[in-house]
Amino acid sequence: MVVDKVGEGLADEIFHALADATRRDIVRRAILGDHSVSALAGYYPMSFAAVQKHVAVLERAGLVSKRKCGRRQLVKTEIHTIHIANQLLEEIEAVWRARLERFDEVLAEADQGANP
Amino acid sequence: MTLKSIQKDAESLTMTITAEFDASIQRVWKLWEDPRQFERWWGPSTYPATVVDHDLIPGGKVSYYMTGPEGDEYWGWWNVIEVDPPSGLEFEDGFADENGKPSPDMPVTRTRVELTEEPGGLTRMSIHTKFPSLEAMEQMAEMGMEEGMTQALGQIDDLLGAGARAG
Repeated sequence: MVVDKVGEGLADEIFHALADATRRDIVRRAILGDHSVSALAGYYPMSFAAVQKHVAVLERAGLVSKRKCGRRQLVKTEIHTIHIANQLLEEIEAVWRARLERFDEVLAEADQGANP
Repeated sequence: MTLKSIQKDAESLTMTITAEFDASIQRVWKLWEDPRQFERWWGPSTYPATVVDHDLIPGGKVSYYMTGPEGDEYWGWWNVIEVDPPSGLEFEDGFADENGKPSPDMPVTRTRVELTEEPGGLTRMSIHTKFPSLEAMEQMAEMGMEEGMTQALGQIDDLLGAGARAG
Protein backbone atom coordinates (compact mmCIF):
# COMPACT_ATOMS: atom_id res chain seq x y z
CA MET A 1 0.00 0.00 0.00
CA VAL A 2 1.10 3.49 0.69
CA VAL A 3 3.40 2.85 3.56
CA ASP A 4 6.31 1.24 1.76
CA LYS A 5 7.81 4.35 0.22
CA VAL A 6 7.70 6.58 3.17
CA GLY A 7 9.53 8.40 5.83
CA GLU A 8 7.94 9.32 9.10
CA GLY A 9 6.50 12.51 7.69
CA LEU A 10 4.05 10.69 5.47
CA ALA A 11 3.32 8.08 8.14
CA ASP A 12 2.29 10.94 10.42
CA GLU A 13 0.08 12.30 7.67
CA ILE A 14 -1.56 8.91 7.17
CA PHE A 15 -2.27 8.43 10.87
CA HIS A 16 -3.53 11.96 11.17
CA ALA A 17 -5.74 11.45 8.11
CA LEU A 18 -7.21 8.23 9.48
CA ALA A 19 -7.72 9.59 12.99
CA ASP A 20 -11.01 11.14 11.91
CA ALA A 21 -14.19 9.07 11.50
CA THR A 22 -15.50 11.10 8.56
CA ARG A 23 -12.22 10.72 6.71
CA ARG A 24 -12.18 6.98 7.34
CA ASP A 25 -15.68 6.84 5.94
CA ILE A 26 -14.62 8.74 2.82
CA VAL A 27 -11.74 6.28 2.23
CA ARG A 28 -14.15 3.40 2.67
CA ARG A 29 -16.70 4.79 0.21
CA ALA A 30 -14.13 5.72 -2.43
CA ILE A 31 -12.52 2.26 -2.53
CA LEU A 32 -15.04 0.87 -4.97
CA GLY A 33 -15.16 3.79 -7.34
CA ASP A 34 -15.07 7.48 -7.90
CA HIS A 35 -17.28 9.71 -5.80
CA SER A 36 -17.71 13.40 -6.47
CA VAL A 37 -16.97 15.70 -3.56
CA SER A 38 -20.54 16.95 -3.65
CA ALA A 39 -21.91 13.39 -3.53
CA LEU A 40 -19.68 12.72 -0.53
CA ALA A 41 -20.86 15.94 1.10
CA GLY A 42 -24.40 14.54 0.98
CA TYR A 43 -23.45 11.79 3.43
CA TYR A 44 -22.29 14.02 6.26
CA PRO A 45 -23.91 16.72 8.33
CA MET A 46 -21.38 19.33 7.28
CA SER A 47 -20.71 21.84 4.55
CA PHE A 48 -19.27 21.11 1.13
CA ALA A 49 -16.21 23.15 2.10
CA ALA A 50 -15.67 21.06 5.24
CA VAL A 51 -15.83 17.83 3.23
CA GLN A 52 -13.45 19.33 0.71
CA LYS A 53 -10.99 20.00 3.52
CA HIS A 54 -11.24 16.38 4.69
CA VAL A 55 -10.55 15.20 1.14
CA ALA A 56 -7.51 17.49 0.96
CA VAL A 57 -6.09 15.93 4.15
CA LEU A 58 -6.57 12.43 2.69
CA GLU A 59 -5.01 13.51 -0.59
CA ARG A 60 -1.88 14.86 1.16
CA ALA A 61 -1.48 11.50 2.87
CA GLY A 62 -1.73 9.74 -0.51
CA LEU A 63 -4.84 7.84 0.58
CA VAL A 64 -7.09 9.25 -2.11
CA SER A 65 -6.55 10.93 -5.45
CA LYS A 66 -8.70 13.61 -7.00
CA ARG A 67 -9.38 14.30 -10.64
CA LYS A 68 -11.56 16.77 -12.48
CA CYS A 69 -14.44 15.56 -14.60
CA GLY A 70 -16.22 18.56 -16.06
CA ARG A 71 -17.19 20.67 -13.08
CA ARG A 72 -17.08 17.77 -10.69
CA GLN A 73 -14.08 16.65 -8.66
CA LEU A 74 -13.93 12.88 -8.38
CA VAL A 75 -12.31 11.22 -5.40
CA LYS A 76 -10.86 7.72 -5.49
CA THR A 77 -9.03 5.66 -2.89
CA GLU A 78 -5.52 5.19 -4.19
CA ILE A 79 -4.15 1.78 -4.98
CA HIS A 80 -0.58 1.43 -6.05
CA THR A 81 -0.81 -0.52 -9.23
CA ILE A 82 2.89 -0.88 -9.83
CA HIS A 83 3.27 -2.31 -6.38
CA ILE A 84 0.50 -4.77 -7.19
CA ALA A 85 2.15 -5.72 -10.49
CA ASN A 86 5.53 -6.39 -8.87
CA GLN A 87 3.99 -8.39 -6.08
CA LEU A 88 2.09 -10.59 -8.54
CA LEU A 89 5.20 -11.25 -10.58
CA GLU A 90 7.20 -12.12 -7.46
CA GLU A 91 4.51 -14.57 -6.45
CA ILE A 92 4.29 -16.28 -9.81
CA GLU A 93 8.08 -16.50 -9.97
CA ALA A 94 8.16 -18.25 -6.60
CA VAL A 95 5.40 -20.64 -7.71
CA TRP A 96 7.29 -21.63 -10.87
CA ARG A 97 10.69 -21.89 -9.20
CA ALA A 98 9.18 -24.39 -6.77
CA ARG A 99 7.36 -26.25 -9.57
CA LEU A 100 10.55 -26.59 -11.59
CA GLU A 101 12.38 -28.04 -8.57
CA ARG A 102 9.65 -30.64 -8.16
CA PHE A 103 9.58 -31.21 -11.92
CA ASP A 104 13.27 -32.08 -11.76
CA GLU A 105 12.70 -34.50 -8.88
CA VAL A 106 9.92 -36.32 -10.70
CA LEU A 107 12.12 -36.53 -13.81
CA ALA A 108 14.91 -38.11 -11.78
CA GLU A 109 12.53 -40.66 -10.25
CA ALA A 110 10.98 -41.55 -13.57
CA ASP A 111 14.55 -42.11 -14.71
CA GLN A 112 15.24 -44.63 -11.96
CA GLY A 113 11.99 -46.39 -12.72
CA ALA A 114 13.07 -46.80 -16.35
CA ASN A 115 16.48 -48.24 -15.48
CA PRO A 116 16.17 -50.19 -12.25
CA MET B 1 18.22 -28.84 -13.61
CA THR B 2 19.82 -25.55 -14.48
CA LEU B 3 17.83 -22.38 -14.20
CA LYS B 4 18.75 -20.36 -17.28
CA SER B 5 16.86 -17.11 -16.94
CA ILE B 6 13.94 -15.31 -15.35
CA GLN B 7 12.44 -12.23 -16.93
CA LYS B 8 9.67 -10.16 -15.44
CA ASP B 9 7.96 -7.20 -17.02
CA ALA B 10 5.70 -5.18 -14.74
CA GLU B 11 4.20 -3.25 -17.62
CA SER B 12 3.00 -6.20 -19.68
CA LEU B 13 2.54 -8.31 -16.50
CA THR B 14 4.51 -11.20 -17.91
CA MET B 15 7.08 -13.58 -16.50
CA THR B 16 9.29 -15.96 -18.44
CA ILE B 17 11.33 -18.61 -16.69
CA THR B 18 13.66 -20.93 -18.58
CA ALA B 19 15.33 -24.05 -17.27
CA GLU B 20 17.35 -26.90 -18.73
CA PHE B 21 16.81 -30.52 -17.75
CA ASP B 22 19.04 -33.52 -18.17
CA ALA B 23 16.37 -35.60 -19.92
CA SER B 24 15.01 -36.15 -23.40
CA ILE B 25 12.25 -33.93 -24.75
CA GLN B 26 9.86 -36.93 -24.77
CA ARG B 27 10.43 -37.56 -21.11
CA VAL B 28 10.01 -33.91 -20.19
CA TRP B 29 6.78 -33.81 -22.19
CA LYS B 30 5.55 -36.89 -20.35
CA LEU B 31 5.43 -34.86 -17.12
CA TRP B 32 2.83 -32.62 -18.75
CA GLU B 33 1.01 -35.33 -20.65
CA ASP B 34 0.65 -38.00 -18.00
CA PRO B 35 -1.79 -36.82 -15.29
CA ARG B 36 -0.23 -39.12 -12.67
CA GLN B 37 3.20 -37.57 -13.24
CA PHE B 38 1.78 -34.09 -13.64
CA GLU B 39 0.03 -34.13 -10.29
CA ARG B 40 3.31 -34.92 -8.56
CA TRP B 41 4.90 -31.60 -9.42
CA TRP B 42 2.10 -29.10 -10.12
CA GLY B 43 1.10 -28.51 -6.50
CA PRO B 44 3.38 -28.18 -3.45
CA SER B 45 3.94 -31.39 -1.52
CA THR B 46 1.82 -30.06 1.34
CA TYR B 47 -1.03 -29.43 -1.13
CA PRO B 48 -0.79 -32.37 -3.53
CA ALA B 49 -2.84 -32.13 -6.71
CA THR B 50 -5.35 -34.72 -7.90
CA VAL B 51 -6.25 -34.47 -11.56
CA VAL B 52 -9.90 -35.13 -12.46
CA ASP B 53 -10.07 -34.19 -16.16
CA HIS B 54 -7.02 -34.10 -18.35
CA ASP B 55 -8.03 -33.42 -21.90
CA LEU B 56 -4.90 -32.10 -23.60
CA ILE B 57 -6.43 -31.06 -26.92
CA PRO B 58 -7.22 -27.55 -28.16
CA GLY B 59 -10.42 -26.48 -26.40
CA GLY B 60 -10.02 -29.31 -23.88
CA LYS B 61 -10.36 -28.97 -20.12
CA VAL B 62 -8.05 -29.92 -17.33
CA SER B 63 -9.45 -29.85 -13.81
CA TYR B 64 -7.77 -30.73 -10.57
CA TYR B 65 -7.93 -30.11 -6.86
CA MET B 66 -5.21 -29.64 -4.30
CA THR B 67 -5.71 -31.09 -0.85
CA GLY B 68 -4.37 -29.21 2.16
CA PRO B 69 -3.15 -30.65 5.46
CA GLU B 70 -6.60 -30.19 7.00
CA GLY B 71 -8.32 -31.93 4.13
CA ASP B 72 -9.26 -28.57 2.64
CA GLU B 73 -9.61 -28.63 -1.15
CA TYR B 74 -8.68 -25.99 -3.70
CA TRP B 75 -9.94 -26.48 -7.21
CA GLY B 76 -8.23 -25.30 -10.36
CA TRP B 77 -8.95 -25.52 -14.05
CA TRP B 78 -7.25 -25.09 -17.40
CA ASN B 79 -8.67 -24.16 -20.70
CA VAL B 80 -6.31 -25.74 -23.24
CA ILE B 81 -5.58 -23.47 -26.19
CA GLU B 82 -2.86 -25.22 -28.14
CA VAL B 83 -1.03 -28.52 -27.91
CA ASP B 84 1.95 -29.55 -29.99
CA PRO B 85 3.54 -32.68 -28.51
CA PRO B 86 6.31 -32.83 -27.48
CA SER B 87 7.32 -29.23 -27.96
CA GLY B 88 4.52 -26.88 -26.97
CA LEU B 89 1.44 -26.26 -24.88
CA GLU B 90 -0.63 -23.19 -24.18
CA PHE B 91 -3.44 -22.86 -21.69
CA GLU B 92 -5.41 -20.50 -19.49
CA ASP B 93 -5.37 -21.43 -15.86
CA GLY B 94 -7.53 -20.29 -12.98
CA PHE B 95 -9.16 -21.25 -9.72
CA ALA B 96 -12.65 -22.52 -9.11
CA ASP B 97 -15.05 -23.25 -6.28
CA GLU B 98 -15.78 -26.84 -5.26
CA ASN B 99 -18.39 -27.10 -8.02
CA GLY B 100 -15.84 -26.22 -10.67
CA LYS B 101 -17.25 -22.73 -11.17
CA PRO B 102 -14.37 -20.32 -11.98
CA SER B 103 -13.61 -17.84 -9.18
CA PRO B 104 -14.08 -14.25 -10.33
CA ASP B 105 -11.77 -12.80 -7.67
CA MET B 106 -8.70 -14.81 -8.66
CA PRO B 107 -6.63 -13.99 -11.71
CA VAL B 108 -6.74 -16.16 -14.82
CA THR B 109 -3.23 -16.45 -16.21
CA ARG B 110 -2.26 -17.52 -19.68
CA THR B 111 0.77 -19.79 -19.92
CA ARG B 112 2.82 -20.97 -22.87
CA VAL B 113 5.23 -23.86 -22.48
CA GLU B 114 7.99 -24.41 -25.01
CA LEU B 115 10.29 -27.40 -25.05
CA THR B 116 13.39 -27.55 -27.23
CA GLU B 117 16.10 -30.16 -27.60
CA GLU B 118 19.60 -29.05 -26.74
CA PRO B 119 22.91 -30.73 -27.57
CA GLY B 120 23.98 -33.46 -25.15
CA GLY B 121 20.51 -34.92 -24.66
CA LEU B 122 19.31 -31.90 -22.67
CA THR B 123 15.88 -30.28 -22.93
CA ARG B 124 15.19 -26.62 -22.46
CA MET B 125 11.78 -25.68 -21.08
CA SER B 126 10.54 -22.14 -21.07
CA ILE B 127 7.38 -21.07 -19.30
CA HIS B 128 5.84 -17.79 -20.32
CA THR B 129 3.05 -16.56 -18.07
CA LYS B 130 0.86 -13.52 -18.62
CA PHE B 131 -1.57 -11.96 -16.19
CA PRO B 132 -4.71 -10.20 -17.37
CA SER B 133 -4.67 -6.44 -17.89
CA LEU B 134 -3.57 -4.24 -15.04
CA GLU B 135 -7.14 -2.91 -14.90
CA ALA B 136 -8.47 -6.40 -14.27
CA MET B 137 -5.77 -7.06 -11.70
CA GLU B 138 -6.44 -3.75 -10.04
CA GLN B 139 -10.10 -4.60 -9.80
CA MET B 140 -9.32 -7.90 -8.13
CA ALA B 141 -6.84 -6.25 -5.80
CA GLU B 142 -9.50 -3.71 -4.94
CA MET B 143 -11.94 -6.46 -4.08
CA GLY B 144 -9.37 -7.91 -1.70
CA MET B 145 -8.31 -4.52 -0.53
CA GLU B 146 -11.85 -3.38 0.07
CA GLU B 147 -12.28 -6.26 2.45
CA GLY B 148 -8.96 -5.65 4.20
CA MET B 149 -9.35 -1.94 4.39
CA THR B 150 -12.96 -2.00 5.49
CA GLN B 151 -11.92 -4.33 8.26
CA ALA B 152 -8.93 -2.17 9.24
CA LEU B 153 -11.00 0.99 9.23
CA GLY B 154 -13.64 -0.72 11.33
CA GLN B 155 -11.00 -1.67 13.87
CA ILE B 156 -9.82 1.93 14.05
CA ASP B 157 -13.44 2.98 14.56
CA ASP B 158 -13.73 0.50 17.43
CA LEU B 159 -10.45 1.54 19.00
CA LEU B 160 -11.33 5.19 18.94
CA GLY B 161 -14.86 4.45 20.07
CA ALA B 162 -16.08 6.68 17.31
CA GLY B 163 -18.91 4.77 15.70
CA ALA B 164 -19.41 8.15 14.06
CA ARG B 165 -20.26 6.84 10.62
CA ALA B 166 -22.35 9.62 9.33
CA GLY B 167 -25.09 9.12 6.77
